[in-house]
Amino acid sequence: MMRETAPVCPVTENHIRIALVGQPNVGKSMLINAISNARLHVGNFSGVTVEKSEVFFDYNDFHFTIVDLPGTYAFTDYSIEERVTHDFLTNEDYDLIINVVDSTNLDKNLQLTAELMTMNKKMVLALNMSDEAEREGIEIDAPYLSQLLNIPAVKVSAAAHTGIEKLIETVIDTYNQPMREPKLVFSEAVEEEIGIIERYLDEHHFKAAISNRNIAINLLQNEKKTYRTLHDLPLWTELQPQLIEADKHIETHHDTDDIKEVFAEEYAAFIRGVIAGTVHYREQASEKKSLTERVDDLLIHPVLGIPIFLFLMWGLFQLTFEIGNIPMEWIDSFFGWFGDVVGATISNEDIRSLVVDGVIAGVGAVVLFTPNIIILFIGIALLESTGYMSRVAFLLDGIFHKFGLHGQSFIPLVTGFGCSIPAYMSARILKNDSDRLLTLFIIGFMSCGARLPVYVLFTGAFFAPGIAGNVLFAIYIAGAVIGLIAAKVLKMTAFRGEDEPFVMEMPKYRMPSLKLVWHTVLTKTVMYLKKAGTFIAGASMLVWFLSNYPHSDSVALEYAPKIEAAAEQTEMEKLSAEAAAKQLEQSYLGRIGKTIEPLFEPIGLDWKLAVALQAGLAAKEVVVSTLGVLYSVSDEASETDSSLVGAIREHIPFASAVSFIVVIMLYLPCLAASVVFTREAGGIKYFFYLLLFTSATAYLLALIAYRLTLLITGASAVLPH
Amino acid sequence: MRLKRKMHTLTDCPRGCSATVVKLHAKGPLKQRLVSFGIMKGARVEVIGFAPIKSTVEIKIGRMRLALRKEEAQMIEIDHDA
Repeated sequence: MMRETAPVCPVTENHIRIALVGQPNVGKSMLINAISNARLHVGNFSGVTVEKSEVFFDYNDFHFTIVDLPGTYAFTDYSIEERVTHDFLTNEDYDLIINVVDSTNLDKNLQLTAELMTMNKKMVLALNMSDEAEREGIEIDAPYLSQLLNIPAVKVSAAAHTGIEKLIETVIDTYNQPMREPKLVFSEAVEEEIGIIERYLDEHHFKAAISNRNIAINLLQNEKKTYRTLHDLPLWTELQPQLIEADKHIETHHDTDDIKEVFAEEYAAFIRGVIAGTVHYREQASEKKSLTERVDDLLIHPVLGIPIFLFLMWGLFQLTFEIGNIPMEWIDSFFGWFGDVVGATISNEDIRSLVVDGVIAGVGAVVLFTPNIIILFIGIALLESTGYMSRVAFLLDGIFHKFGLHGQSFIPLVTGFGCSIPAYMSARILKNDSDRLLTLFIIGFMSCGARLPVYVLFTGAFFAPGIAGNVLFAIYIAGAVIGLIAAKVLKMTAFRGEDEPFVMEMPKYRMPSLKLVWHTVLTKTVMYLKKAGTFIAGASMLVWFLSNYPHSDSVALEYAPKIEAAAEQTEMEKLSAEAAAKQLEQSYLGRIGKTIEPLFEPIGLDWKLAVALQAGLAAKEVVVSTLGVLYSVSDEASETDSSLVGAIREHIPFASAVSFIVVIMLYLPCLAASVVFTREAGGIKYFFYLLLFTSATAYLLALIAYRLTLLITGASAVLPH
Repeated sequence: MRLKRKMHTLTDCPRGCSATVVKLHAKGPLKQRLVSFGIMKGARVEVIGFAPIKSTVEIKIGRMRLALRKEEAQMIEIDHDA
């Protein structure tokens, strides 16, 4: 986003394009913040689920573009992140790789470095968290490491802002100098096979941009791109049998049938050698437990762990709704005022109604939830950046796995109680596609904040104030339980197949960087608001049109004199509301309602409730106001409006109300959420699956609930009147 | 998978035990995943603890901590260290 306002980098020879690559939790984002400092400018690539961020800045006479690629452990194409990163590195145009590694965990991090070394690109190694490593007694000989790998290595600390300048200088030097081939040394068996292939290529005078040794390595480890390039050449027919032979030799030597594993072992052995020569571990003072270990003793305690987590979540939700509700009133009154001001400048009645009642009211309803969403995002960003999220997944995976879900599914599901939109977006933390899809499908069953007004209205109408709160709670719990059962059903049917493995790093606990948290929250919030401005504005116009057209002159003519003749203010309002209801009944929306009424009869709903449900497809907030208009109370109906409560109690039988609530609880989330769902799921077909799945579940369970309620209360099946 | 001699896997390790990986009985992406985390032949691992109902195990490999589900841990054949 906001790319059009980005500082334009002139394409000159002093323009350096950098790919920033590293494993997860190495402080890449923090480093990018430290490098570009206040000149940070982030733009998201469109069209991919996982964003790569681009940062632009100038240093001396150089223009830099840094592409922050998603963290990846290795190039196995296991998760979306790995695929995005791998694709970028093999197919896109860039000058240089900065490989960020965690100095406190060098042996694991260099595994990726070894893979990057075969990409034949200029590379600089950023030894991040060097201050932390020193504190932990880890001494790294950076110059010797550079020499062994033939890659410049610079000690930096993004948190303490040290070494940043030296890193940039090194990048410029590396950019200016010719490419140096990194030194990768393999075991004797593998080196022998590399030699054979290399010699073969040399003998046939094969010349490419990269060295023949590098090509041989890539061919042996089945690197796709190199394969494709050589596949069309005449020498391939001779080369292929040699390759097959060579791979067979190597695999026998390593006692495995998996070449990827062979190379992983080779890299690991090479790295062990490098580490032995360059890293020295000073004896720690004592066998004292690290801070992370002591915190973990409490937070992932087999007994206390889950209660502590539940308490923290409860706290987050209290904050979301208590603090978030304060600015809501301001936003609400702002949009009311704004609508009036704008409305006053438009003379045409229809256009004014479209702009004020359609667009401004519709967008306002969405913007209204921004404070809640900001707080929820802050909470989630904190959970993520401190490292606690992985602990939660660890604690809950046992329970969730029984329902076919993944431990990490918990975060999006909990977020779903606030709003489905951020919930769909947060499902990205699930690395695996089928886990993510399954979670996306059941997020809607977690009743979002926008459904609350409907629940409040109906529980208020049918239950004593003393127990209404408990009923409300029961509705939420019921939604969650149905969600879990639905997950199980989906897992056994549509998403059948192997269980997704749960292999997850438990990162060290870290103090979150406020700047980074703020930046994450800001980006996500702007994204949410952008949707409100574009998509929701359009949807609001559509709903407005359907409920206002065609305009019946006969109704207007019938009521106009009556309203004028009305003696009292209340009488007048009642008549206007009646006229509005009549207009709505013959509008397109009303006609649609009448047409689909037979479909809703079995579950005890009449056309009015059916229309309210249709309106709820646009946004759940609209359900209450639509009911207000339909039951001709007043245009300004709200959940606390006692006359609407009265009207509902009077006109709707209890069993129909139960059925209605069940549908509200389970059917498709609002249009905005559906769009986000479609985007996150990765295709319009998933939207139709979701539509079918939620509608069928809602209808079936509403039917059961309706019949059961009739049976228990002994009432006969009558439609609302 | 039937083996002649009883195979020791990571799940046989009590809390606090350390061991050496002998073989990975995983296939495909899972195997690559484990390998990319450094779990491969010859790697030394230590069991840190278990989640409630022992569904998940936390291990230490090198300086990294890793969480594995019981099913995955069972695919990692080990040799107990003395």
